[in-house]
Amino acid sequence: MSNPLISARGLTKKFGDFTAVNGIDFDVFKGESFGFLGPNGAGKSTAMRIIGATAQRTSGTISILGKDPELHGPQIRAHLGVVPQQDNLDMHLTVSENLYIYGRYFGLPRKFVKGKVDELLAFAQLEEKRDTKVEALSGGMKRRLTIARALVSEPEILILDEPTTGLDPQARHILWDRLFRLKEQGVTLLITTHFMDEAEQLCDRLIVMDKGSIMAEGSPASLIKDYSTKEVLELRFGSDRNQAVADSLRAMCDRIEELPDRVLMYTENGEALLEKIYAADFHPKTSLVRRSSLEDVFLRLTGRTLIE
Amino acid sequence: MFIPMAVAIAEARVGKRGERIYSSRVPQLLERGFIAFKSSTYMMVLSGFIEPVLYLLSFGYGIGTLLPTIEVGNETIKYAAFIAPALLATSAMNGAIYDSTMNVFFKLNHDRIYQGMLSTSMGPLDVALGEIGWALIRGFAYACTFMAVIAPLGLVVSAWGLLAIPAAVLIAFGFASCGMAITSYMKSFQQLEIVNIILLPMFLFSGSFYPVSVFPVWLQNIVNLLPLTHAVNLIRGLCLGHINLALAGHAMYFIVMIIGGLFFTTKRLNALFMK
Repeated sequence: MSNPLISARGLTKKFGDFTAVNGIDFDVFKGESFGFLGPNGAGKSTAMRIIGATAQRTSGTISILGKDPELHGPQIRAHLGVVPQQDNLDMHLTVSENLYIYGRYFGLPRKFVKGKVDELLAFAQLEEKRDTKVEALSGGMKRRLTIARALVSEPEILILDEPTTGLDPQARHILWDRLFRLKEQGVTLLITTHFMDEAEQLCDRLIVMDKGSIMAEGSPASLIKDYSTKEVLELRFGSDRNQAVADSLRAMCDRIEELPDRVLMYTENGEALLEKIYAADFHPKTSLVRRSSLEDVFLRLTGRTLIE
Repeated sequence: MFIPMAVAIAEARVGKRGERIYSSRVPQLLERGFIAFKSSTYMMVLSGFIEPVLYLLSFGYGIGTLLPTIEVGNETIKYAAFIAPALLATSAMNGAIYDSTMNVFFKLNHDRIYQGMLSTSMGPLDVALGEIGWALIRGFAYACTFMAVIAPLGLVVSAWGLLAIPAAVLIAFGFASCGMAITSYMKSFQQLEIVNIILLPMFLFSGSFYPVSVFPVWLQNIVNLLPLTHAVNLIRGLCLGHINLALAGHAMYFIVMIIGGLFFTTKRLNALFMK
């Protein structure tokens, strides 16, 4: 493989006594979609801000396009499009003015930016909202506008911090579709998320983070293969009985996890296991067989769920 | 290899002075100011112009009737001509403070606009200068309109008074950079009230409506340290044509305010958004 676009070694960020990012190593290659999966407070956003050259590391090294962000902030930021966790659109301006002025912030000429604005309005499906004040947009539209804004400088790397948090399912799918298109155009995507479905949908490769450290790294499929079974059987016996039943079910599967509201049984064949359980005279209130997901990987690695 | 234009523009600045905090984007920030201004509330703009005119009417012609003239040095001038320069200085201060405190506070904490700006290839000094630059443009406009009111009334005694306009911009610059620096340290909207608490007594005691010499010496000494006193003395000196070295001293006072304010604003924006 060619040289990585972004390369971090022992990357650490401390805020006083608190270690937000604890010596992480990773490489991101051109054109890939790279994910940071972890719960809130795992250090994903901090890592993103260091990559975005808007936060300084405490120790370790990081190189972005061969440069140190601490020494070449403006030059590195010129390569990046940043979509922050919380939208920070300019509420005093309209949709098209937001795109226009953001391009101008990069020093781009007026004529160039004006052409870009039309192109990006189409990309974000916001042509009809061109002259609307940003305040009046829905959450999904604001998010699309923020992504379009990040593209105004034609960045090679797009950094997306929790891109679909707070959006309804339909808005999320529209957004994912837009991100796929960018990936097809060769834009390198860096995505943080605490949604396992988002990570599975969007990421070629990801690191699972918890408490500032990397717990595992790989493609979604390989992580599931390495850290989980093919299928999962979810059973609910009622919150007071789950634990007692779990103890007696333990021998019937590869691994078992007890959550407050349900029992997860890891197995290669969920339906077969369920039949065995009924045969053994257990009577769950509800049962569900599903494929293993990154959620299960995270549970295996940390003993906790992603969304707490 | 394809190099995006934004990258080429940023690379062209490599090796320039202050390249890590400054990217020469003040015009772009002023452009934002104009775009936002087009759709802003004109009432607020209007009030910045009307306020000093109202003071001039009520005090200049109210008190001016009881006290037609006043002694300045060994010269006797109309009372209205005494307070008009002070009102110009005060409106320069008020406009600059409003832009650099309330407006900046919202952009910093509520809208997170600076965070977005600083994700581009701009630096914190661009943002500081851009915001302050906008305050200056408004200050300049206010100074010009107020001058257009007082000069025809014969309240600007000397031709040197023309220099009162750039002086008002200098004063606005000093207040705006310090105002932005202070705002960047403020945690809550309530803390901003402190600024207003300081502003009002400064306006009342800085020799705007009567000479500072009426105070006991100890109070004169305090008042003479206040920035508005220097602003009033600078503009009054120019409008009355009392040109002396003291005016350079007053101007220096504001140059120090500008440099100090910019230093702390940039430092603080760096700490807030770049650490």
